[in-house]
Amino acid sequence: MIDELYSASAHWTWWIIPYFFLGGIAGGCYFISAMLDLVGDRDDRHLSRIGYLVAFPAISIGLLLLVLDLNQPLRFWHMLLRREDFIPMPFAFKWWSPISYGSWVISVFSGFAFVSFLAALVRPGDTPRRGPLGLFQKIHSGLGVFSKLFVLLGAIAGLWTASYTGALLSVTNRPIWANTNLLSVLFLVSGLSTAAALMYLLGRRRRSVSEDALHRLTRFDDLSLGVELIVILGTLATLAAVLGGLPSDWALTWGMVLGVTLLAVIVFGIIVPLAIGLRQSGGRSLVLASTLVLLGGLFLRAVVVFSAETMEKLG
Amino acid sequence: MPAAVPHGFYTDTTVCIGCKACEVACKQWNQLPASKGGAPQLSGQSYDNTLRLSGTDWRHVKFIEDFKTEDRSGGRWMMMSDVCKHCVKAGCLEVCPTGAIIRTEFDTVVIQSDVCNGCRACIAACPFGVIDINPANSVAMKCTLCYDRMKLDMTPACAQACPTASIQYGPIDELRDRAQKRVATLQAQGETRAQLYGADTSILGGLNSFYLLVDKPEVYGLPANPELPSRNLAASNAFSAIGAAVMGVIGLVSFRKRRMDRFAQQGNNE
Repeated sequence: MIDELYSASAHWTWWIIPYFFLGGIAGGCYFISAMLDLVGDRDDRHLSRIGYLVAFPAISIGLLLLVLDLNQPLRFWHMLLRREDFIPMPFAFKWWSPISYGSWVISVFSGFAFVSFLAALVRPGDTPRRGPLGLFQKIHSGLGVFSKLFVLLGAIAGLWTASYTGALLSVTNRPIWANTNLLSVLFLVSGLSTAAALMYLLGRRRRSVSEDALHRLTRFDDLSLGVELIVILGTLATLAAVLGGLPSDWALTWGMVLGVTLLAVIVFGIIVPLAIGLRQSGGRSLVLASTLVLLGGLFLRAVVVFSAETMEKLG
Repeated sequence: MPAAVPHGFYTDTTVCIGCKACEVACKQWNQLPASKGGAPQLSGQSYDNTLRLSGTDWRHVKFIEDFKTEDRSGGRWMMMSDVCKHCVKAGCLEVCPTGAIIRTEFDTVVIQSDVCNGCRACIAACPFGVIDINPANSVAMKCTLCYDRMKLDMTPACAQACPTASIQYGPIDELRDRAQKRVATLQAQGETRAQLYGADTSILGGLNSFYLLVDKPEVYGLPANPELPSRNLAASNAFSAIGAAVMGVIGLVSFRKRRMDRFAQQGNNE
């Protein structure tokens, strides 16, 4: 038996799974939009705008879920500020604890996402607004190198938001989670593929978004899915030595259910959409592929979370 | 006021009689609520109805029925009063984002319930499965080693109540000497499996609540080589950074091509 089986469940379940999903989508959407802004064409701004319009609401809902998951939700601010004798002492920060630095990362990312969201409320080509909205527009895209740096930093924060959740699970003593170091990169890549799939579904409904931009987005999604497949197989390879040491009653019940679900995620959430993308099918096939990628991303997180949460403590 | 030197528990499992006085004393002193309103619950697992440490059970007497052979020869019925180990390198303290978990002047580990926000990271980080949420106040709780009593130079409630001195309290150095002598005595009497668990620094820098066992740790429900959660931090972040770099390149290749195509087309036209 592996040592991690003597640890207890953290009860991270129904609020946390959608948070992991939305965090990945928010970070991924911001990253894709930032890339389009930084290295894409002027016409790509119609597509990048969609990413910014998704990122902030997604991370906001995710934050709400995180707060609701706390057993003392009104003390959520204790994550960021130390509390000693009712005097907030700055700051609560541990670079060695993913839940601590992750709280800062999502807070900082939310700031970037907020500014970009407000800036994106104005359609590309429309007259710049005055007042606060105009200020956000200027920060986001009107200050030359500074704005590019702003978007780049936001993209980095987005990637970190998508990936730290995997590190959060690995930096524990729970079985499976702590037995692999690849969950952070798995969540990162999955966050990007699901974000690209969502942006495709939203983008194809808008006439302003060019076919070419959508084509490059689906190509990015195909490459992401390819990397995701490699990472997921790598994760399973790192866990191979551990799987034999898991309790047989768990293996025959939850292990089977989660194993079948993971297989379905790999086949229908990665391989089938990848095959559709590589065949360069259009229209409805790509809608199906994108929907499958989104569902795959959600179920992938559920499988990862429940793999440890369903395991009873030994001893 | 006692001198602030490391204090802790030494639990000699060979003299535990499973009376559960420690469990009762702990509950009473710390005013911990009974589960399910105190209604009798029989687990069917030996004489153990507490089953595990939790937010409301900070002491748990384990009953280990070791009757592997058919004729029950060599069978043993072992008892062990389990508790927070107050690790010198504590996983719970390492991950706690709020600063609710602190190390005291006695080198023990205490959760400040007015600071904890119930994120539950400490539960997943503890390699012994000690911590849980107390439903009465919705924060993570565990043994404090009776920090309030320690500050008044009093013995923790469980050690005070233990009728066989299975749970002993005092400065860690003194407890270690006492335990090593006891191991030597047991081995001289033929109990060659007698060993200390967590008395030296090999397990998480040392456990301020260590045990004398007469079998492998796993038999008592203890991990053989518990580790800190941060052992995975560097590798996780490194893989994450590599992944981000790869995806950045993929993003560049995917989204930049049009501009490159346009440049190429302009070149051809010229």
